[in-house]
Amino acid sequence: MEQRLAEAHREDPTEQYTAENRRRALRARRLRRGVLAMGLVVPAAVAYGIFVIRPIALTVQYSFYEWDGVTPSTWVGLANYAHLFRDPELYGSILNAFQLIVWFSLVPVALGLFTANAIRGFATSRLAVVSRTVLFLPQIIPLVAAGIMWSWQLSTDGLVNQVLRLVGLGGVTRAWLGDFNTALPAVGVIGAWVLFGLCMLLLLAGMTKIDPALYEAARIDGAGPVREFFSITLPSLRQELVVCLTVTIIAALASFDIVYISTQGGPGNATLVPGLEIYYLAFFQREVGMASALAVALMVLVLAVVLPLQRISREDAS
Amino acid sequence: MALAACSSPGSAPADTATTSATTSASASADGAPSCGTDPVTLSAYIETGFPLPKDLADEFSKQYPNVTFDIREDQFAVITQNAPRVLADDPPDLMRLPQVSELAKDGLLLNLDSYATAFGWDQWPASQLEQMRVDSEGRRGDGPLYAMGLNFSMTGVFYNKELAAKIGMTEPPTTLAEFDDALAKAKAAGITPIAQFNGGATGGLAFPLQNLMASYGDPAAVNAWIWHAPGATIDTPTNLKAAEHLQQWISDGYFADDINSMDYATMMSRFIDGKSLFIFDGDWESGNLDTQMAGNAGFFLFPPAEAGGKFAAMSAPLTYGISAKAEHADCAAFFLDWVATNEQARTIAVKVGGSHPMGPSDAFMPPVDAGTVTAETLAAGAQIGADNGSMDFIANATGAIYAKSWTPNLQKMVAGQQDAQGLLTSVQADYESQIGN
Repeated sequence: MEQRLAEAHREDPTEQYTAENRRRALRARRLRRGVLAMGLVVPAAVAYGIFVIRPIALTVQYSFYEWDGVTPSTWVGLANYAHLFRDPELYGSILNAFQLIVWFSLVPVALGLFTANAIRGFATSRLAVVSRTVLFLPQIIPLVAAGIMWSWQLSTDGLVNQVLRLVGLGGVTRAWLGDFNTALPAVGVIGAWVLFGLCMLLLLAGMTKIDPALYEAARIDGAGPVREFFSITLPSLRQELVVCLTVTIIAALASFDIVYISTQGGPGNATLVPGLEIYYLAFFQREVGMASALAVALMVLVLAVVLPLQRISREDAS
Repeated sequence: MALAACSSPGSAPADTATTSATTSASASADGAPSCGTDPVTLSAYIETGFPLPKDLADEFSKQYPNVTFDIREDQFAVITQNAPRVLADDPPDLMRLPQVSELAKDGLLLNLDSYATAFGWDQWPASQLEQMRVDSEGRRGDGPLYAMGLNFSMTGVFYNKELAAKIGMTEPPTTLAEFDDALAKAKAAGITPIAQFNGGATGGLAFPLQNLMASYGDPAAVNAWIWHAPGATIDTPTNLKAAEHLQQWISDGYFADDINSMDYATMMSRFIDGKSLFIFDGDWESGNLDTQMAGNAGFFLFPPAEAGGKFAAMSAPLTYGISAKAEHADCAAFFLDWVATNEQARTIAVKVGGSHPMGPSDAFMPPVDAGTVTAETLAAGAQIGADNGSMDFIANATGAIYAKSWTPNLQKMVAGQQDAQGLLTSVQADYESQIGN
């Protein structure tokens, strides 16, 4: 390649420009640009291959073995996957993750939409900046800190129960994270609190790029704020909504930190999620094969939920 | 990389581990092993947050200046997760060990039998070392020795003396009926009888449950189950009585009502603040309670069902092992022997560790102030030795039995979703499926 480049240079001064020469020069330039592009892409591609593709491939491979992580493994084919559908503890964890979608995804997106719309109303005032910052704060708190903080607040004598007693609802107070019926929703509330700020900020950013002329036109046509919201704001935000849903649904299905800190899957598996189960299987039960099978199943599940969402956004764009 | 990815996982490291295990075991054939006189650096992988191993290492280096320690620390959960990998890939000379059976079966730990003979460990009370013996099937309780303790802990019941006086309990209960009576009186007096952690993945009700099992039945049978004796079952008539008794305590309201969300730290702070009469816990808290509740905390072994019956308690060595590929196995073994036999080391084991040192029953004991919790737990250790009532913890039967079986089932029992029979049936089923593979 370099040789050919050099040739082109040598021939240039002595010979007349011919069509052949011009084509060669063009090809050389394209090559040079290609090499540059490759040079820029290769490091990232190599890192992606080593740190993303290879672990995924190995996980898929492990999922066909019974292996304790150290000693020789036994090929078991699809037995790990079959077990996944028979063991109520394993598929139960997946069902719990789907329940968490309501809390991690639907609640923050709905609240985010409502709040962003409200903030948009006084977008120019200082109050908007303050409320945006305050509401986004949970997002920058480490999940572990959020988990610890909330497990204190939700404890028997925590803030939540204190407030409830204060307003005369002492009868409903309980150890929220220790009660079979309320543990999963309580974990969900923590997730909603963390993800709400992100959704609100994304949606608010989306709202600022809506052409104000649309609102003006709507108002001239006699539309009220509700009509404005449903006819202009909501349809214009489809892209942002899809991003919000994608990020939060993945957070729900792949949740680990918050659950690990606040309940560790308890009481009695009521808050067991696949991420936690994979961790227990791999590091406590030393069933690397089974853990890998659940990890692969979780990955497929995430893709199955998230990919159709992406299609919605793409169809909308075209 | 390509080759490794295509072959089945795990075949390579296991080969090297087994070959080196045989070579290093024969290295100590001649005479009593020692650290020699040349400079030695012992690599140690220990649990963070506990000063005992470091204090022992410092004292050892003082007495044997040619030995220095290269110490790496992690939380116990991290050590548990990484134990096989570390022992295979980055073998330390000394390492804090989780449950030893699988590590021993996989050939990752050095067989210490030759050291046991050389140092005379085989002359100690057999129950001290039982838990660290593993046979070729991975069953504990018998077979070669694969680990050693820095000391051994003792569990029982701690009580608040002030609150006890309020309900007229002047002496620790000596039978189960007396203990029940104290619980009922506390409840009637508006005192929370027992605060016990049972939240998250750590079902602390396993403590009273196992105490009740040993009260109604034979501690040896409980050990047999923990150590995978052929045909052992947890679902026995006496264990059922124990589980029913626990369920009765729950329905009588003898536990704090939020135990399903109570973690260990919360339990300790409530007890220290005088908010509960009893907790089921171990002597690792003796020093702490002597400082924080000086004179107000007491300890007793869980009483037997019948008056005059034998006492039993969960008691476990603070387990350290030597990697099968350790560079300085002799020196590490010499250190472990020194910890159990040197007077200075035994003093550190009691003063810093708060638990009874390993070693012969007539060995030197450092003086302890009478009336302290530490004195009471050390005395309890002697009592358990005399009654041969030492038990391993039912949570140690398999790697996952605690987090995935005892804990969820005990939490369900608290919530009224599981009964005594269901608890035992369910745990036994999980036990069999986990041992099966």
